[in-house]
Amino acid sequence: MIENIPFFCAGLLVLIGLAVIVTKRDLIKMVMGLALVEAGVNLLLVATGYISGGVAPIFTNAPSTEMVMATVQAMTLTNIVIGIATTALLLSFVMVISRKYGTRDVTEMRRLKE
Amino acid sequence: MMDFIIANAPALLIALPMLGAFALPLVGRLGDTPRNAWVLGVALITFVIAALLAWTVLSGGPVLYTFGAASPADAIPADSGGIPIRIVFTVDAMSAFMAVFASFVGLVTCLYSVASERRSSGKDGYYALMLLLLVGILGMVCTGDLFNFFVFLEINSLAGAALVAYRIDKGVSVEAGLKYGFLSTLAGLMVLYAIALLYGQYDSLNMAVIASRMSYTMLDKVALALFVAGLALKAGAVPMHFWTPDAYSMAPGAVTAFLVVASQAGLYGLFRILFSVYGLTLSYVTVGWAVIILGVLSMFVGVSMAIPQKDVKRLMAYHAVSQSGYMLLGVGVGLVVLGDAAAMDAFGRTAMEGGIFHIVNHAMYKGLLFLTAGAIFLQTGTRNLNKMGGLGHSMKWTMLFFIIGALAIAGIPPFNGFASKLMIYESVFAFSPVIAVIAMVVSILTLASFVKVFHAIFMGPEQPKYEGVGEVPKPMLAAMAVLAIMTILMGVFPEQIVTTVIAPAADALIDQGAYVATVLGGI
Repeated sequence: MIENIPFFCAGLLVLIGLAVIVTKRDLIKMVMGLALVEAGVNLLLVATGYISGGVAPIFTNAPSTEMVMATVQAMTLTNIVIGIATTALLLSFVMVISRKYGTRDVTEMRRLKE
Repeated sequence: MMDFIIANAPALLIALPMLGAFALPLVGRLGDTPRNAWVLGVALITFVIAALLAWTVLSGGPVLYTFGAASPADAIPADSGGIPIRIVFTVDAMSAFMAVFASFVGLVTCLYSVASERRSSGKDGYYALMLLLLVGILGMVCTGDLFNFFVFLEINSLAGAALVAYRIDKGVSVEAGLKYGFLSTLAGLMVLYAIALLYGQYDSLNMAVIASRMSYTMLDKVALALFVAGLALKAGAVPMHFWTPDAYSMAPGAVTAFLVVASQAGLYGLFRILFSVYGLTLSYVTVGWAVIILGVLSMFVGVSMAIPQKDVKRLMAYHAVSQSGYMLLGVGVGLVVLGDAAAMDAFGRTAMEGGIFHIVNHAMYKGLLFLTAGAIFLQTGTRNLNKMGGLGHSMKWTMLFFIIGALAIAGIPPFNGFASKLMIYESVFAFSPVIAVIAMVVSILTLASFVKVFHAIFMGPEQPKYEGVGEVPKPMLAAMAVLAIMTILMGVFPEQIVTTVIAPAADALIDQGAYVATVLGGI
């Protein structure tokens, strides 16, 4: 049971992120919610590769050969980089919107023409 | 040289447009003409490579490309214990088919942009993003690695969102871009979550390896639900379609035509996951019906939302949602009868061929329609149907192309929409007459809607406010003409196209064993 806690935490983080996206009205907070979802997915990825007592997968001078999975760590690293790009792009959109509209409140967005 | 290109076609397909994109800021400094030549050259060469690759695949079977291996076909290193450890591109008939028409639409939209964006600023970034969007689409359809698929999905989403928002337009475009980027990222994260669930169980990211080990546990079902939700969101199927009208209507015409293909790459991903990764282990009747319901909902909701629209591009966007329903319907019927060989031969295969054929047909005629809408917007400065009228006098060619696109989308012979819709009607009728009737009714509503649009834009007396409006520049006409010719050709010779390209693509999806064997050898 105890070893499954990271997976539950990952799921919980995703759910918190989704809740933030759904309930918050500020665009910046919504983007932060998306970043939380991403953090949850990253945690899940890293957790799947963890071996109890494993060391970092670097062979040079490694104290033991019991190592954690390197693949998921590479995937997580990739996803962190992608996440930074996404968050930066979305925040820059929010910046332009708040400058043009004078608000970041999602309910006050000028609705695109029906 | 030729051998080198053919041997490395899958890698070049990604590398060339990417190199082209990142070199653009440098090339752009030389001026407009070198930049246009560079973009068109890169897009053309990419298309040629995609065509060469498709020719190799259709004549010699699926192509494997293992990155970093001594020989590209060597997917499984000798000391790996029988599993592929590198990123492997698995290009079968379905992938090749998608790659060819995606790069074709990429080329045409770049050609169109040369004229439509000629007075705009920031062209370096614009074309770089167009080429990156092409990279994203080509990567998604070629890769045989799930995580790689996710990375290309993100490239696709980010480039698409940036393109939608590129012309700020008092912030409205950025709002549409934010919506598109946000939802696409969410879709991407759902897909990644599902990938993590699969990786945790099967220790591999290769689709073929996962397919061969698939045991359809509870976690696999959760992963499947996440895949379907994420990719259907990316493909813009009802009830996850709400971003499409905003994104499609606010993006420039050429971008919208290309975004249609970007969404179809999501559709491709959905089909690939359902058929090649899960395949027969799936409870295919239930999931197949879910896909059919998604399809029927998309068809019906899409067209009924389209009818009252005043904005020509918004209207077309809702029609795009409606048309993607046909693809889901056709392939969904194939999925329901996946385990039933007799029914598959009787109508399932035709339904799938119809659905897949509709993907390329839709890319052609919908691309054409969005390009005509872009042309009209460029010349009149409005997308509001009530403010247009009488443009048939001054924009005769655009009108002709619009008629071709409109007749094709409504499924009127001899245009390509008719060919694929007929295949869907016939086969779906054998499966469930009620759904076939719904599909036909949707087609009639589509025709009605486009008759109204045609009337509003082109008919009536010449309006004084559009006195100076003339025909659009030649590159735009050429781009529309190419798509119009394809629309007609594919409608006149549907059998040839179905037997040479579409049938192998459908078979590639149906035959999961062949897909697995391509990577793992005859296990």
